[in-house]
Amino acid sequence: MSLAKTQSIEEIKARNKELITEVLQVYPEKTAKRRAKHLNVHESGKSDCGVKSNLKSVPGVMTIRGCAYAGSKGVVWGPIKDMIHISHGPVGCGQYSWAARRNYYIGTTGIDTFVTMQFTSDFQEKDIVFGGDKKLAKIMDEIQELFPLNNGITVQSECPIGLIGDDIEAVSKAKSKEYEGKTIVPVRCEGFRGVSQSLGHHIANDAIRDWVFDKIPADAAPRFEPTAYDVAIIGDYNIGGDAWSSRILLEEMGLRVIAQWSGDGSLAELEATPKAKLNVLHCYRSMNYISRHMEEKYGIPWCEYNFFGPSKIAESLRKIASYFDDKIKEGAERVIAKYQPLMDAVIAKYRPRLEGKTVMLFVGGLRPRHVIGAYEDLGMEVVGTGYEFGHNDDYQRTAQHYVKDGTLIYDDVTGYEFEKFVEKIQPDLVGSGIKEKYVFQKMGVPFRQMHSWDYSGPYHGYDGFAIFARDMDMAINSPVWKMTKAPWKAVPKPTLMAAE
Amino acid sequence: MTQNADHVLDHLELFRGPEYQQMLANKKKMFENPRDPAEVERVREWAKTPEYRELNFAREALTVNPAKACQPLGAVFAAVGFEGTIPFVHGSQGCVAYYRSHFSRHFKEPSSCVSSSMTEDAAVFGGLNNMIDGLANTYAMYKPKMIAVSTTCMAEVIGDDLNAFIKTAKEKGSVPAEYDVPFAHTPAFVGSHVTGYDNVMKGIFEHFWDGKARTAPVLERVPNEKINFIGGFDGYTVGNLREVKRLLGIMGADYTILGDNSDVWDTPTDGEFRMYDGGTTLEDAANALHAKATISMQEYSTEKTLPFIASHGQEVVAFNHPIGVAGTDAFLMAVSRIIGKEIPEELARERGRLVDAIADSSAHIHGKKFAIYGDPDLCLGLAAFLLELGAEPTHVLATNGSKQWAEKVQALFDSSPFGQNCHVYPGKDLWHMRSLLFTDPVDFLIGNTYGKYLERDTGTPLIRIGFPIFDRHHHHRYPVWGYQGGMNVLVWILDKIFDEIDKNTNVPSKTDYSFDIIR
Repeated sequence: MSLAKTQSIEEIKARNKELITEVLQVYPEKTAKRRAKHLNVHESGKSDCGVKSNLKSVPGVMTIRGCAYAGSKGVVWGPIKDMIHISHGPVGCGQYSWAARRNYYIGTTGIDTFVTMQFTSDFQEKDIVFGGDKKLAKIMDEIQELFPLNNGITVQSECPIGLIGDDIEAVSKAKSKEYEGKTIVPVRCEGFRGVSQSLGHHIANDAIRDWVFDKIPADAAPRFEPTAYDVAIIGDYNIGGDAWSSRILLEEMGLRVIAQWSGDGSLAELEATPKAKLNVLHCYRSMNYISRHMEEKYGIPWCEYNFFGPSKIAESLRKIASYFDDKIKEGAERVIAKYQPLMDAVIAKYRPRLEGKTVMLFVGGLRPRHVIGAYEDLGMEVVGTGYEFGHNDDYQRTAQHYVKDGTLIYDDVTGYEFEKFVEKIQPDLVGSGIKEKYVFQKMGVPFRQMHSWDYSGPYHGYDGFAIFARDMDMAINSPVWKMTKAPWKAVPKPTLMAAE
Repeated sequence: MTQNADHVLDHLELFRGPEYQQMLANKKKMFENPRDPAEVERVREWAKTPEYRELNFAREALTVNPAKACQPLGAVFAAVGFEGTIPFVHGSQGCVAYYRSHFSRHFKEPSSCVSSSMTEDAAVFGGLNNMIDGLANTYAMYKPKMIAVSTTCMAEVIGDDLNAFIKTAKEKGSVPAEYDVPFAHTPAFVGSHVTGYDNVMKGIFEHFWDGKARTAPVLERVPNEKINFIGGFDGYTVGNLREVKRLLGIMGADYTILGDNSDVWDTPTDGEFRMYDGGTTLEDAANALHAKATISMQEYSTEKTLPFIASHGQEVVAFNHPIGVAGTDAFLMAVSRIIGKEIPEELARERGRLVDAIADSSAHIHGKKFAIYGDPDLCLGLAAFLLELGAEPTHVLATNGSKQWAEKVQALFDSSPFGQNCHVYPGKDLWHMRSLLFTDPVDFLIGNTYGKYLERDTGTPLIRIGFPIFDRHHHHRYPVWGYQGGMNVLVWILDKIFDEIDKNTNVPSKTDYSFDIIR
């Protein structure tokens, strides 16, 4: 179906380069120059993808990016379930991000768990004019009264906080003291900081370092007896249960997971993590900072892994096991063997339906590279990918371990570019976000949301791969795509499709 | 292992298997430092008490689960109702990602909108350069007929002056001098999304009627016989505006819909992405000045727009999201009076059919107690319809409702014997509503998707009417206005009532004597 199949690598590269030149023509000169640095065609053997990244988005182009608040409240802190996260400022930020990310958890919501609630200081004009510190202090008192079983509070700053000079640190300190050392964390994640969600992740990581780790008394007794096999899952937000379908594998191979960061996580788990023997890091982009910190300060090694698709899962299980003794190494082999029949059955069922299909991705965090292996396990090919808020180290990992020669790379893609690329390349599937979903479906291109798993999931782990395969099949092979053209308007189909 | 290639289990079932249940129980016990279950249960019960309600209502600073959003969301809603128009929100870019997601989740449609992507340096130096570059890029890339500018709170706090910035951007050649760039300041810390809608609508008419920020002559009003129609911020805009067009067509009215979102949020899947579709033409927006009158279906979405229009010499009429017989009657009679045409028999028959349906079903609704929350106008429209059905709108709550709104709701209660034990709650949130549902229970709750948490916690069945609706599909395609719209709302309410009766009578040999096939 895709044009790519009929072309040689050189032809594809030439076409992709031509496409880039073509889309750049729409921009005013200055913008074309800026955007040109973010678009490229991957050359195999290069150490990165040849694009600039983590730079300011161009005004007015319809970037897909969010903000630092989204990176802190929406990603890192929001899923910590036994703390109350105050969206501090006007009502909107908390409202739009309210329960939208499906960070699954177990708990009694509103009593000892608070993830799917929206706590806000709902700033009014007087709070902007006179400052919001007194209101914030009062909010903390009211939280203590009405939600007495909360285990801590975070203050997630929205844009105005940093602009009006509020001292949320002072309020947090004073209230922490008043409530007997309660964990209260001020987070300076105002939306105008940085260029995307990414700085919000970093700021949120640093806040855990400064306001959680550094507050633990050095002589504090651990809540449990440490073992040689204690690990922490870092950078899994348990979207649709991803962290659970990952945790089960680690436990089956003989490791003990003492903390989840941050999906279905708790303050106690954050506090226990410095006792881990190894931090296993899924979303490098959002949590490499705290992993590096724990390595430096507590000597805990960290290991990136990828739990999308059986090939990468097996590779990752072995990599993780390599940090431990033979018992764990054998455990990894046992787990891989245990799930092999399931994986064989899933691939036998779905691969024939998906073989040769092409995919274009545009997502955040780790997914623009991490899911490529899972598609390849199904015989599919990723022909274009890009990061919403990646840095150069993401593009290095992508180039060195994931993408094929000639892959179209687009960093911080604009609405216009993405639409044109898909229109010309005609992939069989686009994987991106809610803002993109309906654009491509209108064009008749099958689509899966790759942030929220389109309300499905989990996609991590062996259990998740079965769901991933099912979902990609139902997207691509849905009968609806044969109905997009009215029969009386139908155009003759290209010969390629006849062979399908 | 529970997973299976033949019958793939996703999150709905996967985690219920013994392996996962054991794993999660261990996680909690070993690592979460959980609260004593007895203590959790004690607090859970305490949070249902009148004592807790009193503490909850004494809150002065904290807002929990509000039923409102911020101004720029309404600004975007208003802007896309005009032909070929792209909303341009001046300020931080994350906000725009949120608005687009929010609308796409409700309408299941693309939602195009751009940001001027201001960052820390713009916070220090102001966002003028972002405006200059942003307008130039948007104009070049998306070829809009109009760019409607509004603001996020960031731009408002640092005091960016839209009028001056747009003027400068035009001087710098970002867009042609005569190109339409209406604007409105929409600070998120004032009012709510309905305020933002109002500000942008007013901004657009101000632009076209009052001389385009002193770049064109002020239009002179030459009265004609047309009427203008404004829907307001409305989650049912697609179905409602189409129904209103049908009704006005039957009435023989010569009309202009101002802010027509019905096509842009209901485009076909036919191989083409339409960034723009339908909408009020810019010419019609300008010529709306000459109309005889403007009808707003939502008073609180047009608090500034209507007086602005009135000041230009037109009659203005405002309704409160009219739902049901009397509300539709009043709307059609107003149209009839203004255009000087009788209401055709066809509509009298439609009315009769709605009355017929109410007569057929009212025994199941009569005397039932409802809690309602939502935008101020929607609350009024729904409460009026419930009173018409002989039901009691026991709790009516709008987080963005004012004192003046509350008085209006109280007057509505006072007008009906069914309103005698009903109460209105302006400025309260859904955590207040939770206390109300525990201490003063009702039979049904009407609200948006977030009401499902209240349904789960309090056991009050939720009828989803409002904005946003994320977890049910396509309801926005149905009208709630007009007699047909009243019929839809009636059916949604009845379906839930009957489902509940069946659910409560289906235990064999215990309750199933009432599990009737005829109701």
